[in-house]
Amino acid sequence: MKTTHLTGQTLIALALALALVIFPLIVSSPVTRNLMILVFLYAGLAQAWNIVGGFAGQVSLGNAIFFAVGGYTSTLLLQHVAVSPWLGALAGAALAMILALIVGWPVFRLGGHYFAIATIAIGEIALALMANWEAVGGARGLTISFVRDGNGRPADTWLWFQFNQNKLPYYFIALALMITLAGLTAWLDRNKPGFYFRAIKNDQDAARSLGVNVLRYKLLAFVLSAAFTALLGTFYAQYLLFIDPESMLALRLSVLIALVAILGGVGTVWGPILGSFVLIPLGELSRAHLGGSGRAVDLIIYGALIVLISVFQPAGLMGLGRRLRGR
Amino acid sequence: MRAKEGRAVETLLQAVASGVLIGLVYALISVGLSLIFGLMEIVNFAHGEFLMLAMFASFWFHLLWGLDPLVSLPLVAILLGLVGLVTNRLVIAQIIRAPMLAQIFATFGLGLFLRSLAQFLWTPDFRLIQNPWLSRLFGGRVEIVRGVFVGVPQVAAALLAAVAFAALYLFITRSKTGLALQAVAEDKETAALMGINSQRMFDLGWVLGSACVGIAGAALASFYYIYPEVGGTFALIAYVVVALGGFGSVPGALVAGLVVGLVEILSPVMLGIAPSLKYAVVFTVYLLVVLIRPQGLMGRF
Repeated sequence: MKTTHLTGQTLIALALALALVIFPLIVSSPVTRNLMILVFLYAGLAQAWNIVGGFAGQVSLGNAIFFAVGGYTSTLLLQHVAVSPWLGALAGAALAMILALIVGWPVFRLGGHYFAIATIAIGEIALALMANWEAVGGARGLTISFVRDGNGRPADTWLWFQFNQNKLPYYFIALALMITLAGLTAWLDRNKPGFYFRAIKNDQDAARSLGVNVLRYKLLAFVLSAAFTALLGTFYAQYLLFIDPESMLALRLSVLIALVAILGGVGTVWGPILGSFVLIPLGELSRAHLGGSGRAVDLIIYGALIVLISVFQPAGLMGLGRRLRGR
Repeated sequence: MRAKEGRAVETLLQAVASGVLIGLVYALISVGLSLIFGLMEIVNFAHGEFLMLAMFASFWFHLLWGLDPLVSLPLVAILLGLVGLVTNRLVIAQIIRAPMLAQIFATFGLGLFLRSLAQFLWTPDFRLIQNPWLSRLFGGRVEIVRGVFVGVPQVAAALLAAVAFAALYLFITRSKTGLALQAVAEDKETAALMGINSQRMFDLGWVLGSACVGIAGAALASFYYIYPEVGGTFALIAYVVVALGGFGSVPGALVAGLVVGLVEILSPVMLGIAPSLKYAVVFTVYLLVVLIRPQGLMGRF
């Protein structure tokens, strides 16, 4: 019985992945493509947050730090020592993992709300430092210059991770990152580290008394989350060819990442993806149709939605789906 | 040479005075947060938006009816008390037994909602109350020591904060209702056995905590820019003050408020760093303290 259920899910996943691969070949509008890329990006970020926030139950409101580490590391390596962003992405991920260990080791001793507030504080310190650090662009940020072809036109190049003519590769790279993260989460869902994360989330003292090394597994969740968030940071930098502290480090971003996961359903494999597919288009549409971002209509809707979800459906859309199916 | 030293001392005194004045306001903003946490173990992440609402309330009272912020202060305090009550009844009461994640994000969402709504209704513009009464009193500033000047509105805000804080402290420690409040914070079941209705105490906590923010906002409105995002920085500082002082500790909020105010104003003067980095220093001090004492300076944990 159980195996058929699993294959059912795998089949749905495969069909969905296939549909997403074919999708841009049918719908070629740049607006839609851009929207889909953002959906994949936020699904990935939420999925990475989900490992530490959803599975292990440690509510990080500072995940944007790792996003910035990824984006800044690859961009600075590119600009100063001409390292390809592909290698820069790995360097960024490694740096993010080290940072997660350094930050996590002391901060994980704080439980619950204290942990959330400490991560906010760390994020704000990072934002202030980056905005004042002129050597890395300060508040103005960094612009990545175009790689040009023989005719001086901005070129497409896999080597330098830039696709200025045909933007389709960005779509597939973002999709691949999202699928990889979903795969990792699906694995965690059914294997020992994931069980340990959940045990810590449910009752950390009970988990400890059963022999789970609580700190080590919290750190493992945090390091995994940091590494993938950093990879997505590099992707974002190469996609926009511009980064600045405000767009990469603001508390708003950390909150939005968590929000996507919460809306979809925390601690589940599908939740972050579902959340991103609902929330990101909703935000874009409301910005486009209900007045510009200056009027903040999208944020009013976000805010109301978060309150409603938290109050009435803490398990997110996944929980809602389960409840409807249960009837 | 002596003149130079004199100026350095003046600069330092000036900074200490400013730090204490703003620290008292921080303490009043934070004590509401702390009170609510002590009662229900819930952090109100919309606290900064409550402050913003209070400031806008003062602004509109002034613009529409010509009421000085000082005059409308009691109205603003009552208004915010109502906001707190409604929040508790509509949102908090539903999530009191929910997982922590839902608790955090319910109030976070409320904050985002209120902030965006303010931006929608009143635009993101920065506003200032024109010529409030306090800015004209004594020419707007007083000399506390030779050569050290402080603004009258700032002094008034600090005094108001100190008075409100003292009143709250006396209420909690001396009145029968205040003791009931403390009893619920200490142990809900036992308090219930003594006939204390904890739901009513929760209501009271939200009313008192939000009214404190209302008073702080009304006091700030005399001299501070008013805009939808204004609560953000104050809220971050309030979380730090509460965590630093110890969640649920009223005296802790006072001590930590003063510490944060002084660190914020003194760090650019003493360390010679850019003023835009002052909050980074504040947050670093907070992190260092809670890593050594996770329960904060005066918390019970």
